Amino acid sequence: MSLPILEVRDLVKRYPPITAVDGLSFQVLPGMCFGLLGPNGAGKTTTMEIMEGILAPSAGSVSYRGEALGERFREEAGILFQATALQHFLTVRQSLALFRGLYARGRDIDELLRLCSLEALAGRDNRKLSGGQRQRLLLAIALVNDPTVLFLDEPTTGLDPQARRNFWELVRSVKEQGKTIILTTHYMDEAELLCDQIAIVDHGRIVAQGEPRRLLREHFAAVLLEFPRAAFPPAARSLPLQLLETDERIEITTDDLDATLRTLIGAGVPLASLRMRPPNLEDLFLELTGHELRA
Amino acid sequence: MIRRLLAVWHARNLEFLRDRGSLLFTLVLPLSIILGIGLIFGGPSRPLFTVGVLGGPAALAHNRFAHTRYVRFLPVASRQAGLRAVRRDQIALLLAPGPPLRFWVNTHSPKSYIVEKLLRAADPGAIQLAVSGRQIRYVDWLFPGILAMNMMFSCLFGVGYVVLRYRQSGFLKRLHATPLTAFEFLSAQVLSRLAIILMITAVLYTVVGAMLHFHDAGNLALLLLIAVLGALAMIALGLTVAARLASEELVNGLLNLLTWPMVMLSGAWFSLAGAPGWLRWIAAALPLTQLLHAARAVMLYGAGLGTIAPNLIYLAVMTLVFLGIGAASFKWRI
Repeated sequence: MSLPILEVRDLVKRYPPITAVDGLSFQVLPGMCFGLLGPNGAGKTTTMEIMEGILAPSAGSVSYRGEALGERFREEAGILFQATALQHFLTVRQSLALFRGLYARGRDIDELLRLCSLEALAGRDNRKLSGGQRQRLLLAIALVNDPTVLFLDEPTTGLDPQARRNFWELVRSVKEQGKTIILTTHYMDEAELLCDQIAIVDHGRIVAQGEPRRLLREHFAAVLLEFPRAAFPPAARSLPLQLLETDERIEITTDDLDATLRTLIGAGVPLASLRMRPPNLEDLFLELTGHELRA
Repeated sequence: MIRRLLAVWHARNLEFLRDRGSLLFTLVLPLSIILGIGLIFGGPSRPLFTVGVLGGPAALAHNRFAHTRYVRFLPVASRQAGLRAVRRDQIALLLAPGPPLRFWVNTHSPKSYIVEKLLRAADPGAIQLAVSGRQIRYVDWLFPGILAMNMMFSCLFGVGYVVLRYRQSGFLKRLHATPLTAFEFLSAQVLSRLAIILMITAVLYTVVGAMLHFHDAGNLALLLLIAVLGALAMIALGLTVAARLASEELVNGLLNLLTWPMVMLSGAWFSLAGAPGWLRWIAAALPLTQLLHAARAVMLYGAGLGTIAPNLIYLAVMTLVFLGIGAASFKWRI
């Protein structure tokens, strides 16, 4: 087994009276895409900024290749913030050139423009880009030093579905080059598609961690039954089933579909509005935190 | 380090040249100075002459010259102050009421020449006395002040606001995530503004100097050295103000708090020679005062490096201290 490229130990960040990060520990192996999942305010961005070396923790430590974050880390890390401002009055190419000039090593600018499909926009003022184009430029800037680790903080928030899909394709191609990626998101589909490992964070703590599929297998039986709340008789809620209520839905998870359906029919629950599906990360989050993702 | 500094320097220059609003403002101020000077000193002068009288105009009442129209008579406290005003062309003539009436004139001033003719017509017995020291026109004395003042505004506001804007937008936070250091970033800002302000000042010096028929008594290379050190000190001061603040109002207030005393106390418009000691001490601490003192010594009196070395050393030390404070207290984020 290879050594972790990034190791986070007992990380704490307090903004009195709030504790934003409350004792996080995890390891990221080289070449892996690690996802930090959680609702807004869970402490994802704070954790990311401490890992990026731009925010000092109240306690705990982050190490890169076994050393404290230092010059080597700054040269080898690529970063995409949740909201990144760029210098005004620069074109796409000049914005890239500025950041390329800040690193000792890096990629050729034309190659980056090609990789992030920005060739046609090279001469455009960076303020005149659409949301998706801007995000591609910011990714290109994050890749300008040919980083070993890439931090992506909610990279597709605010993008339209088409732009998100394009961005995912890009991230997958970057991943294929063997780069380690740390990603935060509150989109579970994004995490399922891109991440090898995830940590679900809530109130500054990790509530579950592992491979997405394994986590789902561990926490859920094979099938999930879903009823609209209105269509589920109140008396049936006390049935001996693994049952979870939300504002709109009643969810039942089960290993034995036949027996569960017989129980429901026996209790007079109408099956007309029943939906059956495999559980996803959103369900897992709900199961673990007891509340829905506050998107 | 140099490579990173150059990358930021180059990007800042591009931004400055393309930001038409601030570019225009940077050019409008010096242009209005040129126009203003053209209007005030270039056109036909109003027929108003000022004459200083030792002991006050009352002592002159019996003389026919006192009734000359378009001449304003002002009391002058001492002969020393009066002669200084003559040398700087602030008054056309200094009179010591007689009899016999004695007077001093600035032999380089056209106004003095005319008023002298008027005086001789009114009082043929008046005795002319020699003025010692180099005599200059008031506008010559004012010229270095105008150049320096334009430089001060551009240096202080030009860099302070840019850094503040970068911090507010979060661009500084992004730069923080790269190997760039605070010192490299600040140095790039200093050098970018320095290049811009030197070019503007050179244009002002040439154009306004030609309009005023200004004759520079000193060495141009020395003048360039003064301009570089003076601009550096004031840019560094502006950067220190903006090193960690995030509020526009506060930065604006602080910059105003710094510029206005310099406008009033540096001696750009009027000499502080007669002011109380403590005020002169404050004035001497201001970078604009030091810059102006050195610039006037070279431009008007042809002073050498030895004479102005204390001013230059003061400005250099000030630059290093302010850049050091700025880099040490620098904040990348709000």
